[in-house]
Amino acid sequence: MNNGKRRMLTGNKAAAWGARRAGIEYVPAFPITPQTEIVETLAQWFADGSLKGRFTNMDSEHSMFMAAGAAAATGVRVFTASSSQGILYGLESLYTVTGWRVPFVMVNVSRALATPITLEPDHNDVMSTRDCGLVQLHAETCQEVLDFVLMGYKIAEHSQVSLPVLVNMDGFVLSFSREPVLIPDEKEARQFLPSFEPAQPVFNATAPLARASAVFGGGTYMYFRIQQDLAARHAETVFNETAKEFGERFGRFYEPVERFQTDDADLVFVMSNSFATKGKAAVQKLRRQGIKAGLLKISLFRPFPAEAVASALMGREKVAVIDQNLSPGVGGITYPEIVTALYGRPGAPKKILSVIGGLGGKDIRENEFMTVVDKLNDPEEKGPVYLYDEKDWAQFQALAKIARAEKGGP
Amino acid sequence: MTLHSGEHKKIHDLHPEEAIAPGSALCAGCGGLEGIRLALKELGENVLIANAAGCFTLLSVFPFTPFKGSWLYTTMAAPVPAAQGVRDALDIRREAGRLAEEDDFQVMVVAGDGSSADMGLAPTSAAIHRHLDFLYFCYDNEAYGNTGFQLSGASPYGSATQTAPATAGHPAGAELGKKDLFEIWKAQNPPYIATVSPREPIDLSNKFARARGMKGARLFLCLSPCPTGWGFDPKETHTIAKLAVDTGIFPLKEYIDGQVVHTRVPKKRVPVENYLERQKRFRHLFEPTRQDEVIARIQQGVDSYWAHYE
Repeated sequence: MNNGKRRMLTGNKAAAWGARRAGIEYVPAFPITPQTEIVETLAQWFADGSLKGRFTNMDSEHSMFMAAGAAAATGVRVFTASSSQGILYGLESLYTVTGWRVPFVMVNVSRALATPITLEPDHNDVMSTRDCGLVQLHAETCQEVLDFVLMGYKIAEHSQVSLPVLVNMDGFVLSFSREPVLIPDEKEARQFLPSFEPAQPVFNATAPLARASAVFGGGTYMYFRIQQDLAARHAETVFNETAKEFGERFGRFYEPVERFQTDDADLVFVMSNSFATKGKAAVQKLRRQGIKAGLLKISLFRPFPAEAVASALMGREKVAVIDQNLSPGVGGITYPEIVTALYGRPGAPKKILSVIGGLGGKDIRENEFMTVVDKLNDPEEKGPVYLYDEKDWAQFQALAKIARAEKGGP
Repeated sequence: MTLHSGEHKKIHDLHPEEAIAPGSALCAGCGGLEGIRLALKELGENVLIANAAGCFTLLSVFPFTPFKGSWLYTTMAAPVPAAQGVRDALDIRREAGRLAEEDDFQVMVVAGDGSSADMGLAPTSAAIHRHLDFLYFCYDNEAYGNTGFQLSGASPYGSATQTAPATAGHPAGAELGKKDLFEIWKAQNPPYIATVSPREPIDLSNKFARARGMKGARLFLCLSPCPTGWGFDPKETHTIAKLAVDTGIFPLKEYIDGQVVHTRVPKKRVPVENYLERQKRFRHLFEPTRQDEVIARIQQGVDSYWAHYE
């Protein structure tokens, strides 16, 4: 085993290195904060010859995802990246190309959605792609970003998956934070992920294809949709096989969910992405205070690893699902998925609380994890709990006062 | 299919072979279908069509395709980006030694005027800007035809559409003019632009033959008389298409080497009325009350266009 070299990399640079080590040949690109550093890095590498193939500056994310899918359907290994508004703008194309059943990897650098417009992270952007048929891997660390990109190609290109894979990381918090990252040796990476051998037929003049033709009569439509569902579900098995092979080769083992001190926990925080690191710190602090806390991190978000979630949470007394996203009128988007995974199972937690926090880059402070514990212990608390306290309120009042003064009011 | 070069002079010169099979879900008398049939006779079968949502999406309904070449349905706004992805991938494969010469093909976008003039325009402009090597075939039936004939950016002044109906308060129907895609495309100086008509097969075929050997963005606007939307008997398609040329409403031209050349100049222009009165979409200009002002404005538009070139 050659572990490669360790470098200090931002999440964005780690994504670019993951793509480089995957031997990508094509990047259709469009800039958006906080993703831009990824495509800038790749543009440099294509320009200086470190990467062979094409880097094409596209005119929008809608165009970019379409070009990505079309190139994958023509037989090259494709990478692209986006964020936030770009994901929304490109969503039609994402649904379209996942239906084409073509493999590629994209990175989403999570950023909250307008309105109000902002730059900082939450997960509403990636949640908007929840139902479009992408396989989704959510990264906590810069190392995970790189590893998931490499693993992503293996999963996407598997003959029984043939779906694009999205690797998610938090904007700013991870995209611009430097962490020590092991960059696999190129030869080692190529052994893990050989050159692209398309499992599906690709466009060639000698073997013409009609793809994505219209269908009529719901039966044909449903056939193709069920195929997509089966492929996406099968991606969990392929994830596990890929993670095993990756672990044996590189010494880093991944599972669909990460159980952090959950086995004997009375209460468990369910989280994803980089804020899970804060959650883990809170768990350790609570443990020092004698509170048996644990954390369940969702790494594979699509397909949803319901069995793994259930087996981690069964027998635990109280669970707080901390969603960094909001479906107005409902609350957290992943909360119902966790509840569904546990429904009707013996030993399901007595209390599962929905918590909304960390929207638009708002921090989840240590004391707020303590608030969650209090709410879990409060039999009257039904949720959802907003992690938005007096300090946040006071901060807004100060701004509101300025706004009123600018208008000439009191 | 063997392609031969050289100018076609008469109808017998056209390729006898077809790259599109008969029998599809398109309407009887569709002018655009005749246009693409003739175009593909010139281009041959080594063509991938990247299709935008529209009438022509019905050409390939699972499990059928009428084409000898490949087909990829995309979205309404992104057939051109799909063409970009396919072309880029072919170039990458060729450079990497993974594309046999006989596996290469031309990429042609096939989109209606709604996609072309409205939501697909920015991506098209971007592709021309990037010097993408592709063909673009716009079948122009001057409205959103597949959804039942609503106003598009290419609907002409004075036509009635479902979303710009003619009423007492709006006697013209569509009050906006037709977007001039030819001039919009021309502003970016692509290697080739042409307008074509299914009623002028020799002219159409020669234009595709010229464009076939070129590189870069080669764009075609094909006037597509639409029996269902325009309101005429399907057997009249060629009469309507001919009148569009003879009245001067639809000038046949090409843009090549930085010059606009008219390839069929009507010697004496037929009054626009003769074209308008045969179509239900213009019926409100003649009954119950004749809209002389609107008709005159349409005639004036045509006259001033040609005055510019005469």
